[in-house]
Amino acid sequence: MRYAVPYLFIFVFVALSALFMVAPTVTLAIQSVSGPEGFTWDYLRALGDYRYVSAFRNSIVLSAASAVVGVLSGGLIAHTVLKPGAPRGLQSAVTSFSAVAANFAGVPLAFAFVATLGSLGLLTQALKGVGFDVYAHGFSLYSITGLTIVYSYFQIPLMVIIITPALQALKVEWREAAENMGASDRQFWRLVGLPVLAPSILSSFILLFGSAFSAYATAYALTSGNISLLTTEIANVLSGDVMSSPQTGAALAVGMIVVMVLVLGGSAVLARRAARWQGSRR
Amino acid sequence: MKRIGRGGYAVLIIAGVYFITPLVLTVAFSLWEGRGHYGVSAYKTLLARPNLARDLFTSVRLAIATCAALIVLLVPAMVFMNLYAPRLRPLFEFIAALPFVVPAIALVAGLSALFTGPEWLVGTPYYLVIPYFFLALPYAYRAIDVGIRAIDLNTLTEAGLSLGAGMGQIIRLVVLPSLRSALIGSTLLTLAVVMGEFTFANVLLFHTFAVLINEVGQNAPTEAAALSTLSFVITWLAMLGVLLAGKRGVGSLVAVK
Repeated sequence: MRYAVPYLFIFVFVALSALFMVAPTVTLAIQSVSGPEGFTWDYLRALGDYRYVSAFRNSIVLSAASAVVGVLSGGLIAHTVLKPGAPRGLQSAVTSFSAVAANFAGVPLAFAFVATLGSLGLLTQALKGVGFDVYAHGFSLYSITGLTIVYSYFQIPLMVIIITPALQALKVEWREAAENMGASDRQFWRLVGLPVLAPSILSSFILLFGSAFSAYATAYALTSGNISLLTTEIANVLSGDVMSSPQTGAALAVGMIVVMVLVLGGSAVLARRAARWQGSRR
Repeated sequence: MKRIGRGGYAVLIIAGVYFITPLVLTVAFSLWEGRGHYGVSAYKTLLARPNLARDLFTSVRLAIATCAALIVLLVPAMVFMNLYAPRLRPLFEFIAALPFVVPAIALVAGLSALFTGPEWLVGTPYYLVIPYFFLALPYAYRAIDVGIRAIDLNTLTEAGLSLGAGMGQIIRLVVLPSLRSALIGSTLLTLAVVMGEFTFANVLLFHTFAVLINEVGQNAPTEAAALSTLSFVITWLAMLGVLLAGKRGVGSLVAVK
């Protein structure tokens, strides 16, 4: 029985995952379709209510918007610091700061922005001092726009971290070959750089979308009921603050999982397309 | 083309302003005592809070327990899967991706629907180690997987066996040391994640550091800013550790070779 111990370790890990990860998920799915008198679609159908539809919409818009900002800005920053002419030390400084900022999320991040851009925040007050009242101009930290600004604080560095290896892998030879054949910078990026990077950019987008979609702490500390998001709605149900049944919470959670599966599935299809496109060009 | 250029500097300056302003203003806000006075009174009242040390300590213990669970459960399972059951790799990849597909708030909903007892399990803060294990799983799995791929696990094991070492000795003396940088990296990342984790603790009603920050923030803004500053420093120290581990890790890999 030489292999007994190794298989025991493998078994324990898989069993724990089944018990504490898969079983709760299955429980949610069952709970969302079981009413007092057995099977029912009522709770899933209730997701069509205005309140929950707007939670889905807010969550998806916020996640997509902050992921787009993250992908574009993070990609641009990573591209800039990776240029050979960049000052020495800049790249490692940006990478280390990104590692910190990407992990500086949740409640502390929310309060940092309250201290900055909240209605009594120092930046808000300073701008008011010079005659520009952002809150009078329709801005609020506690809106989708405000949340997008806050979420970008961890989304952009996350993008810098995950896209840097892909940018480094772009071969210098391709660039030189393109330049030798007279390609402009723009042509290189449009015809070579971006198509090669497309799969990495796509998977980064998914990762960023997911990280914003499941973010709860930041939203909880900032919105306090102003905007309904899926995560805060589920938490409200769980803590019994509202007149919703546990089944509604389960249905919302199942809805979140479905969105994540759809996003992942969609990206898999797109990635396969991109791969086929690249294959045909080779 | 090779130079950063004016556009590049513009990008860096805008990014710098966006990232540094909230930090500087948070520190300034935490030092604000009202009516133009600045001082460290927010930090003093903060340190005088009786539950600060207790909740911080709870979070630290949870972080250590989660790291221990990852090292005791995940690392051997991954090493043995690579050695004896590589066909299970897709299953492991699936498990490691699950926490990403099932958001934390959904997992906590499922956990509280499924487990209402026994008291010795769900009644202590250590219950949180279970969800935290899965919260850290995707990161830890990725880091350890990269570490295992970087060393030739099979050859190392065969070499060890042919030199007469037992499996336990091989893992202790060869595998774990060569995975050191991956382990330190994922441990510190887990520390950072657990120290800041709010979702599970808040919904399951346990008092951790992040829950305390939120509590303080609801009624004492300057103290909350002080706590945010403190939390940023903790994250910064953990990441500094990851980076240093990464640097030394390259050296340790070379030394093994």
